[in-house]
Amino acid sequence: MTEHDITLTVNGTERELTVDARTLLVHAIRDELGYTGANVGCESSLCGACTVRMDGDAMKSCTALAVQADGAEIETVEGLAEGGEFHPIQEGFQEEHGLQCGYCTPGMMLTAVDLLEENPDPSREEIREGLEGNLCRCTGYQNIVNAVENAADSMGSGAVADGGERPDDRPVTDGGETADCGEVPDDGTASGGGEPE
Amino acid sequence: MSIESLDPDDVSAADILGSAIERREDPALITGNAEYTDDIQLPEMAHMAVVRSQYGHARIEDVDTSAAEAMDGVIGAYTHDDLAREDTPGELPFLLPVGWLLPSLNDVDHPILADGRVRYQGDAIAVVVAEERYVARDAASAVEVEYDRLDAVTGPGEALSGDAPQLHSDADGNVAFDWEIGDEDKTEEAFASAAHTASVDIDNQLLTPNAMEPRAAVATYNAGTDELDVSMTTQNPHLHRLLMSGVIGHPEHKLSITAPDVGGGFGSKIHHYGDEALVAWCSKLLERPVKWVATRSETYLTDAPGRGHETEAELAMDEDGSIVGLRVDTKANLGAYLSTFAPAVPTYLYGTLLSGQYDIPAIYGHVTGAYTNVPPVDAYRGAGRPEASFLVERLVHLGAKEMGMDPAEFRRHNFVPDDAFPYETQVAVVYDSGEYEKPFDRALEMVDYEGFRERQEAARDEGRYLGIGFSCYIEACGLAPSELAGQLGAQAGLWESSLVRFQPSGTVTAYCGTSGHGQGHATTYAQIVANELGIPYDDVEIVEGDTDEIPQGMGTYGSRSAAVGGSSLVKSAQKVVDKAAEIAAHQLEADPEDVEFEDGEFRVAGAPDQSLDIANVAQAAYLAHDMPEGMEPGLEATSFYDPDNFVFPFGTHVAVVEVDPESGEIEFEQYVAVDDVGNQINPKIVEGQVHGGVAQGVGQALYEGAEYDENGTLLTGSMQDYTVPKAEHIPEMDTDSTVTPSPHNPLGVKGVGEAGTIAAPQAVVNAVSDALEPFGVDGVPMPMTPERVWNAVEDNAAADGGGEDGGER
Ligand code: FES
Ligand code: FES
Repeated sequence: MTEHDITLTVNGTERELTVDARTLLVHAIRDELGYTGANVGCESSLCGACTVRMDGDAMKSCTALAVQADGAEIETVEGLAEGGEFHPIQEGFQEEHGLQCGYCTPGMMLTAVDLLEENPDPSREEIREGLEGNLCRCTGYQNIVNAVENAADSMGSGAVADGGERPDDRPVTDGGETADCGEVPDDGTASGGGEPE
Repeated sequence: MSIESLDPDDVSAADILGSAIERREDPALITGNAEYTDDIQLPEMAHMAVVRSQYGHARIEDVDTSAAEAMDGVIGAYTHDDLAREDTPGELPFLLPVGWLLPSLNDVDHPILADGRVRYQGDAIAVVVAEERYVARDAASAVEVEYDRLDAVTGPGEALSGDAPQLHSDADGNVAFDWEIGDEDKTEEAFASAAHTASVDIDNQLLTPNAMEPRAAVATYNAGTDELDVSMTTQNPHLHRLLMSGVIGHPEHKLSITAPDVGGGFGSKIHHYGDEALVAWCSKLLERPVKWVATRSETYLTDAPGRGHETEAELAMDEDGSIVGLRVDTKANLGAYLSTFAPAVPTYLYGTLLSGQYDIPAIYGHVTGAYTNVPPVDAYRGAGRPEASFLVERLVHLGAKEMGMDPAEFRRHNFVPDDAFPYETQVAVVYDSGEYEKPFDRALEMVDYEGFRERQEAARDEGRYLGIGFSCYIEACGLAPSELAGQLGAQAGLWESSLVRFQPSGTVTAYCGTSGHGQGHATTYAQIVANELGIPYDDVEIVEGDTDEIPQGMGTYGSRSAAVGGSSLVKSAQKVVDKAAEIAAHQLEADPEDVEFEDGEFRVAGAPDQSLDIANVAQAAYLAHDMPEGMEPGLEATSFYDPDNFVFPFGTHVAVVEVDPESGEIEFEQYVAVDDVGNQINPKIVEGQVHGGVAQGVGQALYEGAEYDENGTLLTGSMQDYTVPKAEHIPEMDTDSTVTPSPHNPLGVKGVGEAGTIAAPQAVVNAVSDALEPFGVDGVPMPMTPERVWNAVEDNAAADGGGEDGGER
């Protein structure tokens, strides 16, 4: 199996790694780099659980090979919060009970951030259409739509200046510390991870 | 009308129970800090993949693992013969047990790896363990299996017909069981004297649960201590510990099962499958950590599907439209083997709900369970109760039509009246409490029923077809009084256990044997415990899902967690308060009789300045410097709460749709859900459960169905072919609730996890029937795809009307 050295900038931190030619991007960021926020639900681009943002666009990380992402900027759910503050989409999901088991949620939120960048004031129908690539089996979607509307409101009102841009300056720390209740927990990257497959 | 969430910091301690506070589990889940099973990485971890039968039914002539074993990075490949070896852990038979017996049950062997024969596509034949995930999968496909294919049968009616291939030598004619409930003769008489009858033939299709997180397990074995630790996707870790311990022959006290964060279950993670046991077995064999994660294809092939009924039923009415009898004959698909709770689902979880919300004086139900070449069928959200409710509400719809009565009036006329509770049905259960007109009236008001009929009339004149469909459902939750469950065949008690423990500093950790996987137990249980102890919500931590930490438990399913688990926490908390009261009395030098407890404080009656709060009492209990005579130090209590009865949530759901007979497309105009789930611990979470449940019910009505060809090959084996509803597919829901507390548990709760799924399908099917009335169509088979709707309209046009029960199948 041919191996390749690649560089991925994940949530603002450059990481070098060696992957097999066939390693999926989702497995590289989960298993090699420890960003386990992107979940695997189908490995066939149908569920959206693995959604991350690559160079600013939401994409299903099970549909790309890690080597194809060489040199790319990747944003995962671990990079959404900034400076101890939730991103408005995270607040929206929390306030509107937009998640139950949480498995679809990271992907759902990253798709929603993308959606709101393109359309800052979407109708409920537009939100439902915009989320068509992300499946949720728990919530029945209504509170997810509410969550996205909630985020659109707070982003539109300027309550939070960050319009969903990826924070470049957020350091990726080694995991292990636990944040206080109510604060944004540590992003957990590389905690116990890095065990190569 | 959406319920507004509250910040727990803005809610006073006295109001915490019943408040729609935000969930405390969310911060980890929305930041990527959750830990699902596949997130677990351990040093030296190997990966397992499963070789599965390509065919629905075959004899296995040979399994050749040599090519797989020769691959780089492969550690080993194992078949049934390897389980039998002297030098591998455990001893035969390695059979999966069934946890519910019926007198007529023909139990059959269910090996964890095929023993010469496979009976469904996906049946496990061998496992391969490799250093890497991808290599394990490659190696699994390099295992060569020689099959001798056999004829297959996938539908229960066909399997029982007498000329189907026989699956098991121990089950003649593929009969898994033959079961009945109610009074056959009395029902016969009711039909003989009835003025009117309505009948229906129904296929309640097989559904794939599709939790977003596939099943997975990671096992670690320490040969030095003989300790085997398994983290897995489970809804009931203690049950899995008990069952797995038997299957692989590992002592229960040396086996620990942990549920990390679990990404949905809907029943599919209750049952004990062979795969997780094999992960544990491989870990023991290799003495290193082993992980297995199902691919989505594997979940389609192997996750226990639900439903799968073929039913003929009739309703009898007298002259005034009072229901006088109900007769039901169901053939239930059990799949290739008996899954953990399979025999209970189409019997006691189904037959006992056949009275619905109605006062029916004579009922007879007959159910035959069939072995077929599909995966073992078991509980999927609702489990038996959706099938019952669907049947009853379809028959009631048709009964109203037969009587020429308005479907709402017909229902009202036949409801169990408010003054009849507790109400004993003809099918062996006693409904705890109910006021069926309450949610019904509210739902009619929300859809403006009278206005709707006018709009419908006007729309028809324009060639538009609107329809309204009702579902007045009942469910049985709070599984279950152990003695009763035992009489019915359960091989386990169905109590729940908890431990409430004060720490010396005055904070509390509460442990419960249920195991949530999205339901928000960490939040709702903390609300319960904080309320009982009168301490701040933030001072309570909840622990679930770990057999090493939690004394015992039965798990989360059957909407039992609040009613049984929550009640157990109340009981433990009350024991803690009782002990604390004695300590407080001692310290306050008062007679225990005179000490009152309120809002977390012990006060001496008549001496308001004499008080101690419970946190101080906890401190004193651990200091143990000055305890009442003979009392042990510490402040904690364990309880086993065994419910007195089931609880019976109810409600009315109404779907309003528009159907385009030319395209067969169905559009929702409105979906109203008014549920009465008793007292609500957290209304926001209740609302979320209703939403999610309705979405799965709408999925069954319109989109979902597991289909097999005549060889037993799954045709709906991916998310491409099996429609898991997307955001665009699910209507906006108007939800509301009424509150009729259950008298059977200290919280007055009834349970809400399954309500939406039980209620929704028949509301949608009845609405489509109502819309298509001018075409003589009633009962498009589920899922009601545009093609099926269109066909139903065309067929009826061709037949110039057709019968009232036409087309359901
Ligand atoms: S895992 Fe990538 S879309 Fe499902
Ligand atoms: S919250 Fe469970 S799948 Fe969306």
